[in-house]
Amino acid sequence: MAVIVNQEKCIGCGACVPSCPFGAIEMRGDKAYITEACTMCGACISVCPVEAIFREEIERNVAMDKTEYKGVWVFIEQSHGEIKGVAHELLGEGRKLADELGEELAGVLIGNGVEAQAKDVFASGADKVYLVEGPEYDHYNTEAYTVAFVDLIQKYKPSAILVGATNDGRDLGPRVAARVRTGLCADCTNLSIDAETKLVLWTRPAFGGNIMADILCPEHRPQMGTVRPKVFKKPTPDFSRTGEIVKVASKVKESDLKVKLLEILAVCTSNCKLEEADIIVSGGRGLGKPENFAAVEALAEAMGGAVGASRAAVDAGWKPALHQVGQTGKTVGPKIYIACGISGAIQHLAGMSSSDTIIAINKDADAPIFKVADYGIVGDVMEVLPLLTAEFAKYRAACK
Amino acid sequence: MEIVVCVKQVPDTTEVKIDPVKNTLIREGVPSIVNPFDKIAVEVALQLREKHGGKVKVITMGPPQAADALKECLAMGADEAILISDRAFGGADTLATAYALSTSIEKMGPVDLILCGKQAIDGDTAQVGPGIAENLGMPQITYAAKIEINGDTIKVDREHDDGYEIMETKLPVMVTVVKSIAEPRFPTVKGTMKANRTQIPVWTAADIAADEKRIGMPGSPTQVRRIFTPTQRSQGQLIQEETAQQSVAKLMQLLGDAKVI
Repeated sequence: MAVIVNQEKCIGCGACVPSCPFGAIEMRGDKAYITEACTMCGACISVCPVEAIFREEIERNVAMDKTEYKGVWVFIEQSHGEIKGVAHELLGEGRKLADELGEELAGVLIGNGVEAQAKDVFASGADKVYLVEGPEYDHYNTEAYTVAFVDLIQKYKPSAILVGATNDGRDLGPRVAARVRTGLCADCTNLSIDAETKLVLWTRPAFGGNIMADILCPEHRPQMGTVRPKVFKKPTPDFSRTGEIVKVASKVKESDLKVKLLEILAVCTSNCKLEEADIIVSGGRGLGKPENFAAVEALAEAMGGAVGASRAAVDAGWKPALHQVGQTGKTVGPKIYIACGISGAIQHLAGMSSSDTIIAINKDADAPIFKVADYGIVGDVMEVLPLLTAEFAKYRAACK
Repeated sequence: MEIVVCVKQVPDTTEVKIDPVKNTLIREGVPSIVNPFDKIAVEVALQLREKHGGKVKVITMGPPQAADALKECLAMGADEAILISDRAFGGADTLATAYALSTSIEKMGPVDLILCGKQAIDGDTAQVGPGIAENLGMPQITYAAKIEINGDTIKVDREHDDGYEIMETKLPVMVTVVKSIAEPRFPTVKGTMKANRTQIPVWTAADIAADEKRIGMPGSPTQVRRIFTPTQRSQGQLIQEETAQQSVAKLMQLLGDAKVI
């Protein structure tokens, strides 16, 4: 098992050498050679102009009857009886996958007194809701939710499961996948059905958004993935839709509940709920000093949006980490994203480039942020912000 | 207190640049570093050791050169390091990686706390930590922004949508940490010299008595089919009028024309 250079095909052009993130390819004589440092990431494969590099496929001895597994499931993340936006987005996308496969779409609803939410799950496209209820599910906790989810998988055998890539989704997904020993693709930004294999084709960014990877899970079931919020649009709810509610008794035992939730500290107001926001105004180091963030907040307030910050601004202590947009912060996809004094490092772009409309304000016309912005104002951000705030305040007043 | 920190050697993705002409990655000269979140986990472990005593052991799975990452952790002050390395581990996805690491951690002896960074900056999966916890039958707390230990009880502030969840459990537990929890220290000269002298044990698949069906590619349910460069958003319109006032007016007009507002 390895990534291998076909020595006969190799023309010794050396194109693969710089493509390796790990420096694991060297030229020996006039042929490329892959050294022990190879991690088999496969980045070199597509670079080779003569298709001399390939991944040796190996036998995966899995005794699993895959035909038993049918249907697409979506984890319905909710808190206090309110379904998160990402669950609706995934129902919309899951509906397309299920239709293409000719299978049913089901929502997995786990919670305490959440049965009334089932109608919203049907309205967004589900044919069925698997419902597990009990006081132990009042607030998300890894163990109880894992027990319930794994029990449903073992009983009803879905082919594919979509989970929102929120903090809780990314806590639950790997635990469930490890327990049923299947594959899980993290933080996907696109989903489709592979025409040849009828498998779910999971597309996700890697290397800080520098490259994309298409991933399959051929021999294990269910195929699982966490999917980034806000990359898909919410379907328009159709409340004439109905479906079947399958109630399943809770299997959680007292001994499963090892972690206790003592309290919830809500430290931020609506202006840091970036994942669900339709409008985000973000500030970076180009603001000059921390006090100038007030101008960003004023614009956000005038537009009824949330406040984001670049990593540089968070690192400098200008804003708490909860506001950070980017690869190591939050990934957002609002209708309007306004970047104020943000140069646009690739890690920042990875967290916001799926926004519908991007507006950038920066004094440097060559800043990388302008490469992704739909509209860019070249100018002094502290001069532009108050003017823009006044314009939006006027606009909002006129709309009322 | 016995603390194991799982680390990963990663290419410094902040150094990766896009060739503006060919629209391909320029990877030449990209240095390998300790995953920044893992370095923070090492720092947290060292601070806990300073307070409660015990040992900090770092572990990584990777090719032979991943020993450099372990040396950096030793130079920071970790007591021991183990490299899990074998061609048979190659091509592992997160499920196979979690299996190899958890099997190795079991071999290392009793552990009170396993620390991981919240995710690695190359793959960004955040899945290996919970996988290890599952394999070892341990509870997990992800996205920790604060850790307090009192006897055999651990209290964690877990980062959440609009604040923190304050969680409590008994040791042992697996915790992943976010950036705001600590600032990693710089290795001292003495520490670096000592680290360079340390022989890091290398464990192979046979050493950890790994089930060969659960490691490397055979143990990895997911397969990468294709890697490609993402399509870039096309550049929009730059506005640079004589005054800021005029620029803003132009923007508002363009937004209105495009029905953005």
